[in-house]
Amino acid sequence: MATTPPAKAAPANKKIEKASEPKSPLFSTALLVGWLVPGAGHLLSRRWVRGGLLFAAISLMFILGLLMQGKLYVANAGDPLVLLGFIGDLGSGLLYIGGRLFGAGQAPVQVVTADYGTKFIVVAGLLNIIAAVDAHNIRIGRKS
Amino acid sequence: MTFAPSHFTAVLLFALFASTVFGITQRSEPRAMVRYGAYCFVLFTGAVIVASWIMFFIHR
Repeated sequence: MATTPPAKAAPANKKIEKASEPKSPLFSTALLVGWLVPGAGHLLSRRWVRGGLLFAAISLMFILGLLMQGKLYVANAGDPLVLLGFIGDLGSGLLYIGGRLFGAGQAPVQVVTADYGTKFIVVAGLLNIIAAVDAHNIRIGRKS
Repeated sequence: MTFAPSHFTAVLLFALFASTVFGITQRSEPRAMVRYGAYCFVLFTGAVIVASWIMFFIHR
């Protein structure tokens, strides 16, 4: 009586395990690049339209926030709300660093909508973090 | 150079940018992205309009 050996099942399982692993050793680069430049993480994975739209949306939100005379938060351990604002701002990556280097977001408030500007800047940073995590997920194959 | 939009214009801009990012990041297929982005935009602006009317009637 002939029996079929179960030896062929093992390589198939190995293939499934390999597919769920990161496809590239540079899998965390998308997260870093996506944080530094909005949408750039998607460009690494050749998602040109998504990357362009994310760059436009997040950059415009940040810039319009500055034009509304919104405030750029600075790290201040004394006030937890300021610290949270700083973390949100920092999410914009190079936009925040560039803004700080050029002294933007420090002018005294002159228009009523300046508070909206501050919120625009914080939310732009938070949206950029979401976009960078999405780029990371695409890079490791968790999302198409 | 400054930009001083009306409150409603600020709401529309906020909703546009946020729903663009939500649509791209929360869905996988392009068609679903557009639908979800539009859904978020309507929810953002609709919520503001409803809240504004509620505040108007409370004020009276």
